[in-house]
Amino acid sequence: MSEHLLSIEGLGITFGGLKAVDDVSFTVRPGEIVSVIGPNGAGKTTLFNMISGIYLPGRGKVMLGGEDVTGLSPNLLAQRGMSRTFQNLQIFQSMTVLENAIAGYHLTERGSVLADLLNLPGSRRRAAAAAEGARALLTRVGLDRAADREAGSLSYGALKRLEIARALALSPKILLLDEPAAGCNAVETEEIDHLIAEVAASGVAILLVEHDMKMVMRISNHIVVLDHGEKIAEGDPATISRDPAVIAAYLGTDAQTASETETADAQG
Amino acid sequence: MKLSSKHVTLLVLLALVAISPMLFPSGYYYRVGALIFVNAFAVTGIVILTGYAGQISLGHAGFAGIGAYACALAPVHLGLHPALAAVLGALISAVLAWLVGRPILRLKGYYLGVATLGFGILVSMVLNNERQLTGGPDGMEVPDLGLRGVLKDWGLDLSNGQFWYFFSGICLLIGAWLALNLYHSPTGRALRALHGSEIAARVVGVDVAREKLKAFVISAVYASVSGSLLALQNKFITPDVAGFMHSIEMVTMAVLGGVGSVLGAVFGTAVLTLLPQVLTAFGEYEQLILGLVMMLVMIFLPAGLLPSILRKLRGAEA
Repeated sequence: MSEHLLSIEGLGITFGGLKAVDDVSFTVRPGEIVSVIGPNGAGKTTLFNMISGIYLPGRGKVMLGGEDVTGLSPNLLAQRGMSRTFQNLQIFQSMTVLENAIAGYHLTERGSVLADLLNLPGSRRRAAAAAEGARALLTRVGLDRAADREAGSLSYGALKRLEIARALALSPKILLLDEPAAGCNAVETEEIDHLIAEVAASGVAILLVEHDMKMVMRISNHIVVLDHGEKIAEGDPATISRDPAVIAAYLGTDAQTASETETADAQG
Repeated sequence: MKLSSKHVTLLVLLALVAISPMLFPSGYYYRVGALIFVNAFAVTGIVILTGYAGQISLGHAGFAGIGAYACALAPVHLGLHPALAAVLGALISAVLAWLVGRPILRLKGYYLGVATLGFGILVSMVLNNERQLTGGPDGMEVPDLGLRGVLKDWGLDLSNGQFWYFFSGICLLIGAWLALNLYHSPTGRALRALHGSEIAARVVGVDVAREKLKAFVISAVYASVSGSLLALQNKFITPDVAGFMHSIEMVTMAVLGGVGSVLGAVFGTAVLTLLPQVLTAFGEYEQLILGLVMMLVMIFLPAGLLPSILRKLRGAEA
């Protein structure tokens, strides 16, 4: 069991009588890229929010490194090596790009508030070390030249990369990425692609929610498919792409009819 | 070497304190200047709480009241030197802010506003009602700080107004220096992060409740010291120092000047302290015009006076 870094056991939550996520289980090993896919409203982000401590799960357990971390607040999960990005960006808008990345070093740069007020050497040293790490991360995601700009002035794709840099600043054991490539162009998507693979290769476990199927199929070791809050399939990319239940959930009978009608219209 | 924004702010403040007296038509303006610095000291605390951390308090005059009455009471009842009394007041304010802040900082926005308002009213009521201790609404005398006498012995003979002008000015410079240090420090970054996105701050490991509490305690100490300075300067104190209007004044000065920056806060304080003096020319319409000016500033310059002016200047350069 200990080879699993993250293990999700029967996780579920109900919103106003509706089971948003129901009895979902899977595991993630270090260095593995696991993707969670499913149609809109399948419960992917809700699942992420439960794992990362933003929602309190109604049922089930989240095990991190063999420890039960169910319902632990995000800052405590951060101390245990979990980090994440958000589908709808959560950037510190009025801070500079560099400061956003430095904020990711909070756990290593924090110290006595008195030292901070008096600008003591200890405080300066901690801040300088964090800034150095942050600059290196910005270079890694290609934002080094924007370091001193206000984060709010960056493009959507750049902010996505900034969030990844901030999440990496925690040196996480597991990284949860919620649609990292959404709104990015082909080049940016490929860059993010490489970045994720690189991070995983360094031994970090990656849990990914992504709509870009090509990207998911290309980089995932393992895929979990959700539909209406339930896990309907699980396996490697090749298995998943052939799974009839997955194809039905994605295209749906409605979608198939619609596309057929469209073709008919075009011909007629 | 390029000057950092921190050093620029401190230099501007230093120049302001040092040069302004050359423009004073009479000794009376030293008193006005000292009042601006004392108010700006408290407002700098509001900048940390509201500008950095994004939390609101409508009860910070309560802490000013504690600082003020500590200087009036501790020398008489505990035999403390007035300066140590101010330190004691700051300690009491810090402990009280910690105790009060723990439960109420979980509230957000206007709920937090109302809760802090309640705290301020509570302190003000105690000061008004404990007549045998505080003299009630009639107020009480505050002993002399004694520093002016010491300086005179050293050969530096300042008038009372001059002494308090420079003493408050130096205090403000120290307060501003601390606040600016904090801004660029790990703690300041955590505060500004939780202001920007509480959820993202938590995800990077910020203990949001704890950091908010730090900002609340620090700003309470600022308000307390400001109250002490006011009491020592006036040598007399009434419960008005802890009153609701004083709390509102602090927030208004900060927001009007530009709550994100220390310099903006000082600017807002100066404007709101001077404006009523200028507007006395309008007699009974003074309050009306003051209110109107404040409304117009907030409607047309919502970022506050100083940031808006600076933006205009930069725009003109470009």
